[in-house]
Amino acid sequence: MKEPLLSIRNLSVTFATSRGPFKAVDGVDLDVAEGELVAIVGESGSGKSVAMLAVMGLLPWTAKVSADRLAFGNRDLLTLSARERRKIIGHDIAMIFQEPMSSLNPCFTVGFQIREAMAAHLDLSSAERQKRAVELLDLVGIPEPERRLKAFPHQLSGGMSQRVMIAMALACSPKLIIADEPTTALDVTIQAQILDLLLRLQKESGVGLVLITHDMGVVAETSQRVCVQYAGQQIEMQGTRGLFADPHHPYTAALLDALPERASGRLLPSIPGVVPGLADRPAGCLFSPRCRFATDTCRTVPPSRASAALGLALCHYPLKDGVPQHREFAL
Amino acid sequence: MFRFFLRRVALTLPTFVALMFVTFVAVRLVPGDPIEARTGERGIAPERLAQLRHELGLDQPVWRQFLDYANGIVHGDFGVSIVTKTPVLQEFAVLFPATLELAFCALIFAVVLGIPAGVLAAVKRGSVFDHAVMTVALTGYSMPIFWWGLLLIMFMSEYLGLTPVSGRMDLINYYFEPVTGFMLIDSILSGQEGAFGAAAAHLVLPSIVLGTIPLAVIARMTRSSMLEVLGEDYVRTARAKGLSPLRVVGLHALRNALIPVVTVIGLQTGTLLAGAVLTETIFAWPGVGKWLIESIARRDYPALQGGIMLISGIVIVVNLIVDLTYVAINPRIRHGG
Repeated sequence: MKEPLLSIRNLSVTFATSRGPFKAVDGVDLDVAEGELVAIVGESGSGKSVAMLAVMGLLPWTAKVSADRLAFGNRDLLTLSARERRKIIGHDIAMIFQEPMSSLNPCFTVGFQIREAMAAHLDLSSAERQKRAVELLDLVGIPEPERRLKAFPHQLSGGMSQRVMIAMALACSPKLIIADEPTTALDVTIQAQILDLLLRLQKESGVGLVLITHDMGVVAETSQRVCVQYAGQQIEMQGTRGLFADPHHPYTAALLDALPERASGRLLPSIPGVVPGLADRPAGCLFSPRCRFATDTCRTVPPSRASAALGLALCHYPLKDGVPQHREFAL
Repeated sequence: MFRFFLRRVALTLPTFVALMFVTFVAVRLVPGDPIEARTGERGIAPERLAQLRHELGLDQPVWRQFLDYANGIVHGDFGVSIVTKTPVLQEFAVLFPATLELAFCALIFAVVLGIPAGVLAAVKRGSVFDHAVMTVALTGYSMPIFWWGLLLIMFMSEYLGLTPVSGRMDLINYYFEPVTGFMLIDSILSGQEGAFGAAAAHLVLPSIVLGTIPLAVIARMTRSSMLEVLGEDYVRTARAKGLSPLRVVGLHALRNALIPVVTVIGLQTGTLLAGAVLTETIFAWPGVGKWLIESIARRDYPALQGGIMLISGIVIVVNLIVDLTYVAINPRIRHGG
């Protein structure tokens, strides 16, 4: 594997709430290499967005971020001053958000908002910035770019807005793009277009891409590697093909079983229960109340991480070909 | 845009009609009448009383008086002051620049202090600064103007001797004919050394007193509006571009947060002109407010009616302008949504 662009070890994010600290992200590890496409999947509230916002340094002040390592290239993001960090954010790492309509500032034109990122990081004249902005809109498939640059966000559709967000992210030719559920807020027909656009641009520019999604179908079509998150914990990580062929964590297996494409019976299988909240966290494995393989050990002892061969599964009894393994045998 | 303008103008017409009626009635609800106010306890011969009442049209039925008054206003005639025998409009035109100058300086004071205070309080929410600003704002808002004015005069003018006690100008040292009616401008035009400084010094305390309530309102409004905007997705986008906090807060957030603040500033013109009545009385400021108070004492019906109509008209027009400014700031309205 190439030298990773982004390297995260044991990332945790804790929010101070009125009912005490809430650990939204708990021990996430992730490496993303140049040109690689890594997907992070999980339900709402599994901490996938929060983990990436922590990388960007965009969390509110109530959040406390800690990690053994949080590095971009050879630069440690944890110890960097805010000013130094802003030179990386928006320049080398860009982010695309879930809600394109509300992510653009309603008071400024599209062109202003695209050129602004270039003005902050690149040494270009205003004519060059304008020229590049036109090229960028053209690149993301917006017709009549010159005219669109003068448009205000409310004059654009959701799909158009997301294209603008993508153009904005690409403005400074970043090395890494984090896309946080970029298609969730869009119409189904537009979703495929935006996803195709992202993939094409990623392939053409060789940029690293972290795709946050809850859509297993998108994962299967796009990514090389998958990281599965549950209740803030990273519970499995392996190559996409391997994950779909032989999921090692019972949660991953249950997620895959719930895919309509894979269902065999008349009823679509579902995972009973909900993600535990702040108050009802189980003592042992966080997934144990919903896991059909759970034992007393699972309910009382927090699991440790399994080997890479078992998808780094955070499970006492990782699955192999759908059968729970005792870790003694597995290792 | 043009239709928006027309609709907005049309909406002010019923307001004017209601206003005409209310001022007419309110003025007559004050006990006594202009003649009593002038003769006092000495009394007056019945024939002379009848003659005066006839001259002033007070012997007419009330509905008749209202129609005459309304008819006059529609034709731009605001009547003639009973006491000074000058047309109300002419008196108003002489006095209004003084009030406008004061209100303008008070508003500048309120905006220049209120918006940055509100922004900083929002950015540093929960901090000592935030609590301090909000406490001061609430105190300022709750303080009676006349009391606050007297306190300032006592402290700043009497105790520290920093500012003049009252009036618009140091008339012993400077005299010049009014050109624009605005003392700050006239003092410069007069070319007399130190005149501008004296005019400005006279403005300090009245502006602070009159600007305190708008300052409190603007600071609180800016803070809450800013807090809301800072949580918006587009502010996060701006941060994600690696922009400086100054640009994120001062441009991306503030531009959006100002939209409700501008409306509030417009609404403050009413507060300012109403507050001017008290402030001008405290500081012997020769403006419309002081004139109105004197007119009440004299039961000068035409002066009161006309003066209130003119002031209200100005408030309505300013609010109209504010609505149009609002359109200029917010492109979603400009382009018809």
